[in-house]
Amino acid sequence: MNQTANIKPQTPLGQAMFVCERPKVEYRGLSLKIVQLATKWGPIGIPLLLRFAWGIFFAALVFVIAFVWVVGRFINPLLPWFVRDVVVVVGLLAFVSIVAIIGIWGERKVSGRIQSRLGPMRTGAWHGWAQSLADGLKFVQKEDLIPQDADKPLFRLAPYVALVPAFCAYLAIPFGVGWVFHDSDVGLLFVLAMLAIEVLGVIMGGWASNSKWSLYGAMREGCQLVSYEIPMGLSLVAAVAWLGSLSLVELGRAQDGGWWSWLLFQNPFLFAAFFTYYIASLASCKRSPFDLPEGESELVAGFHTEYSGFRFVMFFFAEYMGMFAVSAVATVIFLGGWNSPVPGLASPLWFVIKSTFLVWVQMWVRWTLPRIRIDQVMHACVKYLLPFTLLLFVGSSLWQLYDNPDHRLFEGFAAVVRFGLGCLGLLLLGLYFAGAAYGFYHRNQLVGQMVRKHLPGA
Amino acid sequence: MKEIELQYRHPPDLLDDGEIPSDIRTEELVLNMGPQHPSTHGVLRVVLQTDGELVLGATPYMGYLHRCAEKIAEKVTYRQFTPYTDRLDYLAAMNNNLGFALAVEKLGGIEVPPRADYLRVIFAELNRIASHLMATGSYGLDMGAFTPLVYCFREREWIMDLFEAACGARLTYSYITIGGVREDVPEGWGDKCREFLDYFEPKIAEYNDLLSFNHIFINRTGNVGICPPELAVAYGLTGPCLRGSGLAWDLRKATPYCRYHELDFDIPVGHGENGAVGDCWDRYFVRVQEMVQSVRIIRQALDKLADGPVQAKVPRVVKLPAGEVYYEVENPRGQLGFHLVSDGGTSPYRLKIRGPSFCNLSVLPVLAPNCLLADIAALLGSIDVVMGEVDR
Repeated sequence: MNQTANIKPQTPLGQAMFVCERPKVEYRGLSLKIVQLATKWGPIGIPLLLRFAWGIFFAALVFVIAFVWVVGRFINPLLPWFVRDVVVVVGLLAFVSIVAIIGIWGERKVSGRIQSRLGPMRTGAWHGWAQSLADGLKFVQKEDLIPQDADKPLFRLAPYVALVPAFCAYLAIPFGVGWVFHDSDVGLLFVLAMLAIEVLGVIMGGWASNSKWSLYGAMREGCQLVSYEIPMGLSLVAAVAWLGSLSLVELGRAQDGGWWSWLLFQNPFLFAAFFTYYIASLASCKRSPFDLPEGESELVAGFHTEYSGFRFVMFFFAEYMGMFAVSAVATVIFLGGWNSPVPGLASPLWFVIKSTFLVWVQMWVRWTLPRIRIDQVMHACVKYLLPFTLLLFVGSSLWQLYDNPDHRLFEGFAAVVRFGLGCLGLLLLGLYFAGAAYGFYHRNQLVGQMVRKHLPGA
Repeated sequence: MKEIELQYRHPPDLLDDGEIPSDIRTEELVLNMGPQHPSTHGVLRVVLQTDGELVLGATPYMGYLHRCAEKIAEKVTYRQFTPYTDRLDYLAAMNNNLGFALAVEKLGGIEVPPRADYLRVIFAELNRIASHLMATGSYGLDMGAFTPLVYCFREREWIMDLFEAACGARLTYSYITIGGVREDVPEGWGDKCREFLDYFEPKIAEYNDLLSFNHIFINRTGNVGICPPELAVAYGLTGPCLRGSGLAWDLRKATPYCRYHELDFDIPVGHGENGAVGDCWDRYFVRVQEMVQSVRIIRQALDKLADGPVQAKVPRVVKLPAGEVYYEVENPRGQLGFHLVSDGGTSPYRLKIRGPSFCNLSVLPVLAPNCLLADIAALLGSIDVVMGEVDR
């Protein structure tokens, strides 16, 4: 046997030695046509496709909205109730997923802008709009890792327990009159209950991970949420007592007729209750400065330290769904829901705009403030927020008692206060937009300055 | 005995009600923080004994980044060891270079030209600003505020550019060498430096608004990890940790080297404005104030910078007379000391390095008990250790 027979003759020096030889594939027929087309139009077509990807994306969005409208208006009434329910739930699921996806992308853009960065810019060609989709793709591909000593069934169950209630909350949230899956008489209670169940998944995940960091995260989440549910509920009780209904549709409908009839501007106690509710809602959906359960500088990643891949995505989705849900409740109860600031233009669009604004404020707060310590969180709740919300409830009830034609003097005073609060609200909004305009005008200042003055030698 | 302890822990009336069973087992939870942990600033491992959120004790374990720098020094020539000093405290490489160069120059009796001296001051202070920016920014991160970190990196980037223009490197410079600096700064570098100072000085107020005087930040850091001056001296704390305890001790004033005695600056100390003297906030704020002082120093040094050589006549292979010297300089993190023993050869007989981070870290087990878990991050961040220097 000649062992050297298979060895190729040595390449003489000077010639390329490590060039891989490509297998030559011969294309015939249809595949030839496709390759020819691809080589001819690919270099133009694919960049064009990417260039207008955002346009295609928004066109698809418009199409989906139109589809939902047509189905809801004309086709749904013809369907049997169970098919109708399935269609609406699927639509809600799509909406909620889009909320989470846009929320995650928006958080990255917002944090980027606040930190004089750009945030994602490449994925999907228009300001990185496809970043969350790319992230999701990455997460799906990841290995599904469960720690060896973890309580495996609980570990698997926990993300669902966190995600499903967060979605269920949307079943009772009205986007407009008639734009609600189930108009319950106790809609508000249902939403609050669903949002409170989410903590169960977090505690379950933290315990099942069998990691001390996760356990700490779960413990913190438990005590934080249980404490802040009370001021959150009490702030809402003040509003509910004012309008006398627990049905979210009724609460929204009662605030029809311009921004001055929104509950926020009815009396100073309700005005304050909006802010106490907002603070408590930050704590209840683990947003900064109350993000202790996942505070990455203390507990590595808190309750989801051991989670990876799609299970982690579920916790992530649950958080963003929760963010939008608490904002939606604030919108319906305090900010007039789907009612427009000027009477007569009520639309679900207003509801989405107001809720998105509140979500954006949550992000703004997150990227500005440091985290509070656990004992300070508890002190703030028990010593200040809880008595304060009780006071608000009592104050609002007394105000309601005297704000009627029987007490002429107080009624006049109340009208003046209401007018002042309305002006204050307008002023705050004006200040916000003035600041936003100033920021937009100077948007390139910091980054641009650095680029301009970059040293030539460097 | 056990029964008595348990009864003491739980009031008898509760036990009688049967609400808490008397045989309930309570024990400490040992928590292993690090070596991979976001807020241990490198590969530090701290073993915490905790009771719920309360920390009962903390024991730091180091050695994960040991690279035998001191032993290597005995095998390479004096010039060749300069790049190894870069790797000690990699956030303040210029200051490390300076300390080693000064120690060698003192033993060898080498005179440094004035221009080189002022350049050394400028670069050491610029690096102090860069290091403190990193410290303050990452302290914000430890407290859960991500944004100040990015702002600090933005400013630090400019300093890195200045360094790169002068010596080509952005982290490990080896710029300050034995006998002076490696080469003169390029044309117009001084103007660029002034431009940076003009840009940077107002930014400090911005950080104060965003972080230093933030109510939450003060609540998190004030009255936490209080280190009284006696304790600071007893544990050999130096740098901002010592000055945060209210002692105005700075080697640049006490035993001036280079040309620090010709320059006018103050030593910021902690006053306990938001709690007791020597708490985390004081240590943090001393760093912020030191950046202001560094800007002052650089301005004066730039004014005094005259033309001239930047390198003394030193042979390529430095040979020091037999003897020993101990030289300390004021690094951003404290006093960096080089104990150099020469037997008359071309490499040190022994080189002992006193890393300030190592000594500062030693106080952690004293300050940690009775803190909350979140305070450990605050404590570690305010001590501001660089593990490259702790382990050497």
